[in-house]
Amino acid sequence: MAEESETPNRKGYWPEVIRLTLILLTIWFLVSFGAGILFREFLDQFSLGGAPLGFWFAQNGSIYIFVALIFYYCAAMNRLEKKYRIEG
Amino acid sequence: MDWTLFWVIGTFATYIGIAVWARAGSTNDFYVAGHGVHPVVNGMATAADWMSAASFLSMAGLIAGMGYGGSVYLMGWTGGYVLLALLLAPFLREFGKFTVPDFVGDRYYSDVARLVAVVCALFVSFTYIAGQMSGVGIAFSRFLGVDFNTGIFAGMAIVFVYAVLGGMKGVTYTQVAQYVVLIFAYTVPAIFISLMLTGNPVPQLGFLSNIKGEDVSMLQKLNQTVTDLGFTGYLSSPKTTLDIFCITAALMFGTAGLPHVIIRFFTVPHASDARLSAGWALVFIALLYTVAPAVGAFARHNIIETVNETTYVPSAEYQTASAAVTEAGGTPSPAWFANWETTGLVAFDDRNGDGQMQIRGPAAPDGLENEVTISNDIYVLANPEIAQLPDWVIGLVVAGGLAAALSTAAGLLMVISSAISHDLCRRTFFKGMTDKTELRVARIAAAGAVIAAGFMGIYSQQMAFVAQVVAFAFGLAAASLFPVILLGIFWKRMNREGAIASMLTGLIPTFAYIWHFKIGAGKEATADEWFLGVSPEGIGFVFMIVALVVGVAVSLVTKPPPQDIQDLVEDIRVPGTRRSHGIADAGMAPVD
Repeated sequence: MAEESETPNRKGYWPEVIRLTLILLTIWFLVSFGAGILFREFLDQFSLGGAPLGFWFAQNGSIYIFVALIFYYCAAMNRLEKKYRIEG
Repeated sequence: MDWTLFWVIGTFATYIGIAVWARAGSTNDFYVAGHGVHPVVNGMATAADWMSAASFLSMAGLIAGMGYGGSVYLMGWTGGYVLLALLLAPFLREFGKFTVPDFVGDRYYSDVARLVAVVCALFVSFTYIAGQMSGVGIAFSRFLGVDFNTGIFAGMAIVFVYAVLGGMKGVTYTQVAQYVVLIFAYTVPAIFISLMLTGNPVPQLGFLSNIKGEDVSMLQKLNQTVTDLGFTGYLSSPKTTLDIFCITAALMFGTAGLPHVIIRFFTVPHASDARLSAGWALVFIALLYTVAPAVGAFARHNIIETVNETTYVPSAEYQTASAAVTEAGGTPSPAWFANWETTGLVAFDDRNGDGQMQIRGPAAPDGLENEVTISNDIYVLANPEIAQLPDWVIGLVVAGGLAAALSTAAGLLMVISSAISHDLCRRTFFKGMTDKTELRVARIAAAGAVIAAGFMGIYSQQMAFVAQVVAFAFGLAAASLFPVILLGIFWKRMNREGAIASMLTGLIPTFAYIWHFKIGAGKEATADEWFLGVSPEGIGFVFMIVALVVGVAVSLVTKPPPQDIQDLVEDIRVPGTRRSHGIADAGMAPVD
């Protein structure tokens, strides 16, 4: 019986994990490879304090966002695991 | 120098004390610290494990010299943690074994796959550890006046005590102590420098501020200054966008694939702790990595301001000679320059014989030659003196550099010893080995690895590949290990044939390409000869993509993996559901 109530939970869980992962990796890509490298010249026309914005993303900004992304992921995963009654 | 000795002896005694306290009683203790490390503690240990002598001493200098081009290290060596947290660490923890080759060998039900993974792990780790040991030798010989080899022996002895006795458990808690030493040694001088130059005590904010008392931002002024002297502007890079993209990617995926980083996440109790731990690790790493670009920029500005166009004063009789220069209406070169000249980290060569020190770039408008050479390491080492901080801070920086080198060396030693005792002996060649025998073999392997690493440090000058750690270690980890681990978790259909093909197509071409352009016949080649214009540092990313494609293609044309394996993959995706599965766990049951 335990198996039966567990199976549908596991099925719904994984697609949600994948969705969350893809969204966060898109942001990861945009702030580093995007803002820091590919769109850097465009962003450099703006500035943050005394630093051109693209340059700042490449040397500082992307790192702050990386940290935020991981903690957001942890919180979101804990919510998901609660929803599907998974105990990690 | 007395303060240096004080800090070095004091920190070393602490590490030994911790080692005695945290002895390992079983293989579970020895390889994964009994799965009992708190996620925040593990985050701190991971940060020390990760930040090597190069991060601590050289990175700020590299960024100072490269300006925007240095961003590849900043993004590359932090972005990998996002990949670790989201794609690898929690699932590998849920898998529940000791090493990276364990995962590759069991997930792909093949000892051949296991052996290829062992070869990758050993090559990456040995390349990396030789650099750490030679870093220890340099620190000892330059700052404590002992012989280079004696310095390495001292480093070997200390790592021997805590790695051989305590295994991962001893390593974890010494790494925590080493993190505290290194972060303190890094940030204190940075705060003072920031305050001096910009009036803001937070280096990350000083980085964005104006120069104190002037109406121009520090970065814009630095950019102008270096451009005027004939260097590439600070806000630009001579590298192509594609190359910057590939290097950053190779460093990120390489970070995520490095065995000594991955195994740190095996030490926490649950999968959820593994991802949280990756977050904390990045917080602790970011404390240094967001300060480094500020330190680099401040130091480059300070060095040009205080050295360029001053009258050279040698270290002998510095006081009287510099007073004489001032009296004659000139500006004497700073005292720190004279002090560091004796270590060989800075040098002055009076090309035009005018007695003045000219710093010039390759495109100097006044046509003068550069006369001042400055090692990358000086930016961090001389910071306390440039900021006129007391002597004890200078000694602390040396202890910090040693902490960074030793903590990384210890993490690598755990990979090397477990690859031999666990992956080769217990899992491949002597499958019936008892836990007690394995623990003994693990200790012997760790001892052997310490000695081997020491000798690689001593002969690092003769081994050309050691200087190419960045290209080799990260390129190979990205191209050979990352794809099979990723596909092993996220694609159930990935099979043994695909995994072996993928690892080999990642490993061999990457190795050959780096060897050719860094050490072999193509050493003098220009960027035009690079494949697609990608430098050896970035090529790992290109072959990683190839390895992913090859892995998928080969798997699709061969037999799907057995049901046991597919069930195993289902289990590791969902925390708390891991059960034992026939083929996958026949050689070793998962550890909770």
